[in-house]
Parts: sequence; structure tokens; C-alpha cells
Amino acid sequence: MNQISKPEIANPLGRALEHDSAGQHVTGQALYCDDIREPAGCLHAAMGLGPAFPARIVAMDLDAVRQAPGVVAVFTAADIPGENNAGSVVHDEPLLASDQTSYAQQPLFVVAAETRDQARRAARLAKFEAEERPAAVTYDQIVERDEHVMPTLEVVTGDAEAALAKAQHKLEGRIEIGGQEHMYLEGQIALALPSPDGLRVVSSTQHPTEVQEMLGHLLELSSAEITVEVRRMGGAFGGKESQAAHTAMMATLAAYHTGRPVKLRLDRDDDMVTTGKRHDFRVDYRLGYDDSGRVYAGTFDLAARCGHSADLSAAVCDRAVFHSDNAYFIPEHRITSHRYRSNTVSNTAYRGFGGPQGMVAIERAMDQIAARLGKDPLDVRLENLYGRHGDIAPYGMQVKERVLEPLIRQLEVSADYRQRRAEIEAANQSAGRYRRGIALTPVKFGISFTISFLNQAGALLNIYKDGSILINHGGTEMGQGLYLKVAQVVAHQFGVPLDMVKISATRTDKVPNTSPTAASSGTDLNGAAALAACKTLKQRLTRFLQQKFETDALPLFKDGRVLIGFHHMSYAEMARAAWFARIPLSATGHFATPGIGWDAKTGKGRPFFYFAHGAAVSEVEIDTLTGANRVVRADLLHDVGQSINPAIDLGQIEGAYIQGMGWLTMEQLVFNDKGQLLTHAPSTYKIPTATDRPDVLNITLYDNKNPEATVHRSKAVGEPPFMLAISVHSALAHAISGLGGPGYWPDLDAPATAEEVLRCLDAANAAAV
Amino acid sequence: MKISLKINGQDLTAEVAPTTLLVDFLRSDQGLTGTHLGCDTSQCGACMVLVNGDAVKSCTLLAVQLDGAEVTTIEGLSDGETLSPVQEAFREAHGLQCGFCTPGMVVSVTDLLAKNPNPSESEIRHWLEGNICRCTGYQNIVKAAQMAAEKQQAA
Ligand code: FES
Ligand code: FES
Repeated sequence: MNQISKPEIANPLGRALEHDSAGQHVTGQALYCDDIREPAGCLHAAMGLGPAFPARIVAMDLDAVRQAPGVVAVFTAADIPGENNAGSVVHDEPLLASDQTSYAQQPLFVVAAETRDQARRAARLAKFEAEERPAAVTYDQIVERDEHVMPTLEVVTGDAEAALAKAQHKLEGRIEIGGQEHMYLEGQIALALPSPDGLRVVSSTQHPTEVQEMLGHLLELSSAEITVEVRRMGGAFGGKESQAAHTAMMATLAAYHTGRPVKLRLDRDDDMVTTGKRHDFRVDYRLGYDDSGRVYAGTFDLAARCGHSADLSAAVCDRAVFHSDNAYFIPEHRITSHRYRSNTVSNTAYRGFGGPQGMVAIERAMDQIAARLGKDPLDVRLENLYGRHGDIAPYGMQVKERVLEPLIRQLEVSADYRQRRAEIEAANQSAGRYRRGIALTPVKFGISFTISFLNQAGALLNIYKDGSILINHGGTEMGQGLYLKVAQVVAHQFGVPLDMVKISATRTDKVPNTSPTAASSGTDLNGAAALAACKTLKQRLTRFLQQKFETDALPLFKDGRVLIGFHHMSYAEMARAAWFARIPLSATGHFATPGIGWDAKTGKGRPFFYFAHGAAVSEVEIDTLTGANRVVRADLLHDVGQSINPAIDLGQIEGAYIQGMGWLTMEQLVFNDKGQLLTHAPSTYKIPTATDRPDVLNITLYDNKNPEATVHRSKAVGEPPFMLAISVHSALAHAISGLGGPGYWPDLDAPATAEEVLRCLDAANAAAV
Repeated sequence: MKISLKINGQDLTAEVAPTTLLVDFLRSDQGLTGTHLGCDTSQCGACMVLVNGDAVKSCTLLAVQLDGAEVTTIEGLSDGETLSPVQEAFREAHGLQCGFCTPGMVVSVTDLLAKNPNPSESEIRHWLEGNICRCTGYQNIVKAAQMAAEKQQAA
């Protein structure tokens, strides 16, 4: 499966083809935004950051900035012709702050200079007279201040309090779950190219349409006057969904005033300090259960630290609510989500989009219940799986597909889970410095944007008279292989080799009004839009061929040829003939996910088209002296439906798991009491490297077909496997648990850094005496 | 200041400011944009090039330090259309996703295999500590390095 298949193969669907840009990547030919040849006169911009605390700005002296070598101009909020707003959902966040800042180092101005170095040096020369404003940073502070960036959502079924009171056993707990820096290798960047014919902006963004709109508001231009383009991003992970617009707006503001092209590539530290991260959460939970481990009731209070503005926090927190059950049926429950304002950078989309934070708490609770009952946590998980005792999710949607139980059973055997768990528990009895732990955790992840109107996509399909095909759609490429998958789908439709299908950069002037490439929906939506365009063109070609050959037969597009009745011709001949016959060979396609929608007031309805599933067994080892820990072996089994490209899907699973492992173990964001980010560079913020990879990592695709009519019956894959890493967190807790005596389970928070593991080891030892 | 050096086999004399970083000299002056800038601060490895055969982070060297040196960038590793074994392996083993880290990875592995033609898996992993990839889990990157070693041995 990992062997490369050559693109000439006529039917590319379902094959492990290499990434469409692989040849360019290994030779350095692939162009990212920063690699585009700079036009003559191109200026470079840098952000000017405010004081290292939330401040009232009494005076700002930019003279030294203006006089610095190479500086052409400096722009503040006063220079914005239109709206000074960087908030995509709620207009509650200025692009450039003026009289006050809401978080440490919030941008106040933009410098444009002849070189990047000059711009960056000049940006540091501003002088402020500023008064410090109080900073709410910690959970206790934000809860006490009680300011919300968006209204609270509460989802209720039955009477959880009454059911808890009646329950045989009760469990109460709290878990803190840290945020995560995206650390896309290509930082935020945009190149603004003004011209009398309109503005063109190359932006490393997952959401070109939104950048276009935000630029329109900034400059009071119509969308038709602005083209936003992105061929590829060097990683994004959600970090370029809403917040790529900020960089594009600053570059464009400078371009607008100077009339010159302007590039803004954020310095890595500035990027980390001024762009939002995964939301950190504190979850308080209570569950009622019986001797068998079956859960009857639960309450979950989710406190999210959203940062200083709303950004995408409402949708992120909604998704956290929709995943606080993960894979388990909880008959009566109350799930409450508070979206707290804090004086920190505005948290944003990040792979999983609140889902992972929602799931971590219930998985901790499953482990705790099992520990108290002296059961294998897997048995408690199985006992509560949807389908065993009920199948209605908290939001009222029926969980129909019965994939998880057989999937878990398959993994239990293939990973030899029971045997290994028994061995580890036995070994831990007499363990010295090193202890091991193991866990099997499942994932059920809802697919669709929970903002229902976003579930649409458009595509443009051109067949040229030489037969070559150009496909363009609203989805963006960030390494996830979306362009390739859609091209595979199109090539399959016309029965042509993949190299006849060309994919071009995502541009707002080709396909308008697009949704962000996010929520794992890229292929589902854009692939379906491309299919719709294929269908339109195939219908036209069918009519043409039927007339030409005077037959009612339906044509067959296969192996680069077209067969109809007793006639056949090469596909390229057909294209030429159709053009001669004046058949329009260009079509658009549109897709809107059918049957979804929910009521945002009650949280009830059908937010998702379907679910993606997976499960993982992780085995870890901890050093009880230092708290250091690592994953020794991981076995992942994941449901991607019927894969369009197994190589791409396996890559997504691998990358997501390791990124999730990083989030839950080593990646720690540290803010000081003023809300200033102290881990503002890769030197202090550690993400997994090649040595952190588990010694053994087995990844398998689960044999399944999507019951919903998605493209090729495939399933979305970008986010769901991220949550397979919860098994790592659970396994770490397992490794510690034995020290605390029977029934003990540690209150391990996330990330489980060495310090956190040490804290829990101490607590476990204390509990044992 | 005037420097003379060899870049991807070509002799070159150039005028550079004493503060110009090698990475900027390569990317802006020479148009060799395959060398990427990920972190600016010597953390990520995306900017790796070979200097006299050693993989180095070009964001931490000044161009003037390169006087008399021989520099090979990602663009210089292939021979026209023919990919080097390491490049081929990264392609075939799916050792890339967004591709931003790939040039640095390829350069780094090229250096490793020149020094240690048959590295163990753990040697590969330790060697790649200085190259960050945020998309993959390094699984296929390590596989690519192993595959490249095999290809080079076979050649
Ligand atoms: S850019 Fe040189 S190491 Fe990151
Ligand atoms: S492939 Fe994206 S950083 Fe490595």
C-alpha cells in the first residue's frame, strides 16, 4: 500500500498515488508565497507590537520608527480607510489597536521598508506612554471576571441532577487541558499586489473568500475588485483559517497607501505572540454509574479560555460540547459551555476544533470509573458505546453507524491489548524507576461544519480542445493532498490518466463565495462540487455523442477512450469534435451537504452528515525519577470509509496522531501574569521531533464504506485521527495509577509534561500511604 | 564585500553586505527559493544547505563566511531531470505532506548518508532531531531515509 503508483495508470481512484507536488517538493521547485519573485519596488512590512501588558495607550511616539533606515511609511489605525476590524464572526477585534490594547504585545502599527530586515528593526523603535490595565489570564481570574466573548450554550436531555442523585455510584472530577501552538512550518505571510485593475493578494490562507471580504471592509472595496489567491500553504492546521487575514490586511494596507507591492512575512516570534492557538479548557464533570460501569447521567461544565476576542470561539466551543460524549451514550445530561474572555491572544481554530478538548474529559472519566470498579477501562468503554444501551447523541442526532464496536474488537486483537495490559500491570508491581502504561481509546468525530451554511462548495471544470482538463475549486492545499484527491475523482469520471487533469491555484476570481478548507471537509465538499461539474459536462458530451452517432446508448469513458454503441474514439478526439460541434466545455459545479442543521439555542438537531471513527492503543513508559515519558508503541486503526488515496490518508493519520501526542504530552504554552506568552519561539515551545516518534507505530485503515453518499464513499480524515492520541494521555495515567493503590486514578492534566507527571507521581505515592 | 564561492557547481563572485544571511543571499540574490525559512532562528532546519559537504542551517550563517566555500542547495541535488536517490526516496516513500520541511530534510539525509551510508533507524532519528516537520509523524521521513540508503547501496 505504501508503494508508489504511477500517475499514468488510467483509473487513479483509490490508489496510493504520490502527492501531486512531490516532485516539486523534493527539488525545491514548489512555490510558496515567499518564493514568488518579488516585483520591482516591492516593500516589506513588519508589525509594531504594543507593551508587554494590556495597556491604555496614553501616547505613542513613532518618530524613531519613521526615521529608521529604509523606512518608507508607517501606518496606524488612523490610516485605515474602512473598518478597523480583524474579527471574522463578531467585529470585536481591531486589526491595529489604538487607544488601548487587550493583550500583551497586541499590534499597534505596520512599518513598510525597503527590506524586511529594515522593517523589522524599525518596528522595535516605537516609544509608548502606557498605563497597565488589569489582566485576566488564569482560569480563576477569567471565571471571576465572568466576561464572555460569546453566549453560553447549554445542551440538556432529561434531568441529570435527579439521575445523578439516584445513581449507584458518583464520580466528580476536573481536568485542565492546555492549548497548542500551530507551528505551521511556513509562518503567516501575504503579498499584496495593487494595480489600477484591482487588488491581487497572494495569501497563505485556508479561507481566501474571507480574506477577500475582510480586505473589502478594510479598504471599502467590493469583492469583485479583489482577488485572493493561494496555491499552497506550508501547513496550516486551522491557524490560517481566520487569522491569516490579519497578515494579509496589514500588507494590503501598506500597499494601498504606497501603491507598491508589499510583502509581510511574520517573524516567527511575532507570529507566535500575535496569532491565536488551540483553546485551553477546564472541564468539571460529574457522572453517575452502576456496578457494571454503565453511565446513566452526566454533567459537563466546559470553561474555555478564548482570548481577548470572539474569533471562531463559538463554533469551537460548540464542537467541544458535541464531543463531550465522545463515543458514549449518556441518557441524561447537561453540558454547559462558557466562552470566557481573557487578556491573551485570541484563540482560534486548530485541528479538531474543540472536539479533542471535549473528548479528553470523558475519556479520563471512563478510566476513573474502571479504576474504581476494578475493571479494565476497555470494558467500561465498550459498555457505554453508542448502540449498547442507546444511540441518541446529546444534540438529538441518532448515531446510526455501528462501526466502533467491531473496529475496537479488531484492534484489541491486532494490538494484543489484553495480554499486553496484563503483562504491564504485572511488571509494574515490581517496577523500579521505569513504569509502563497502556490504553485503548476510541474516537467518534462528527463531520460537517457546525455552522451549517458553510457546508457548501463550488468547482470550475474546463475541458480544452486537446482533451486536457483543468479543475479548480474553493478548497485550499496545505499538504493534506486535497488537490490530488479531487484530481483523482475527476480523472476517474472521464476515464483518463491523472496527468491529463491539471489542478490550479485556489483563487476567488475562479470560484467565488467559498467556505474555509477546514473541519476535515475539503474532499467531501470540493470533491462533490467537482463531481457535480463533471456530471454537467458528461451530460453535454453524452447528448453530443448520441446525436453524432445516432444512438441512444450511453457512452463509457474508460482508459482514455470513449465507447458509445459500436463506436469508439480517443477521449482527446472527442474533446476536439465536441468543440467543433460548438458544445460548451466549461462547467461549474456546486454542492451543499443535504439534511443537516441544528438549533443554536437548544443545541439540538443534526449538526453532522456522518461520523468518522477510529481507535488507538498506545503504550508508554515513564521515568519515575524525572517524569520524562515516551510512547513505546502505538497501534492505530482508523475509519476513512473507502479511501480515495490510502497513502495520503495514512499520512494524515500518522501526522495527526503525532501532533495530538505533542499536544497532550510536551507542548506547553506558558503565559506570565500579564498574559505575555513566554514560550514564543520553537526554542522554548517543544513539538515532537523524529526521536519522539514511537518505536513501533502500526497504522491500518479500517475496511469500511461511508453509508452516506460522499465522494467514492470516503470519509473525512484531516482531524479525526488527532484524537487517537488521547490514548497516550490515558496510558500515562495508567502507568502512574498503580502507585496509588487499588481504585486509584491520577488527576493527570494535559499536557502531561515531565513536571505534570512528577506531580501526579507524588500524589499517587501520597495516596498509597 | 566581495565573495567568491561555488553554488551548485557554478563559480560565482558576488557583492554582499556584511550582515546578509546566507539564506537571504541564496533566496533573494540567487533566486534559489527551494531553501525555506521556517523559524529564522536555527530551530527548524527548513533552511538547510550543504556547505563543503556538511548540512548547515543557512539562517545562522552570514554570506561573507562563505567566501571560498562550496554550497549545494536542494536545487543542486538533482542532475537535470534525474533525482538523487534521497530525493527519489522522499517521493516514493511519501515522506512529505505540505513539503515545506522537505528541502531541509532531503539535504540533511543527503549529508547523513554521505557520512554513514548504512545508518540504523535510531541513528536516522537522532540525526534528524534538528529538522522539524509539523505535518508528518516522521514515519515516512525515516522510511525515506532508509529507502535512500538502500538505493545508494544498490547504485
Ligand atoms: S529557518 Fe533556519 S533553522 Fe529554521
Ligand atoms: S511536510 Fe509539512 S512540515 Fe514537513
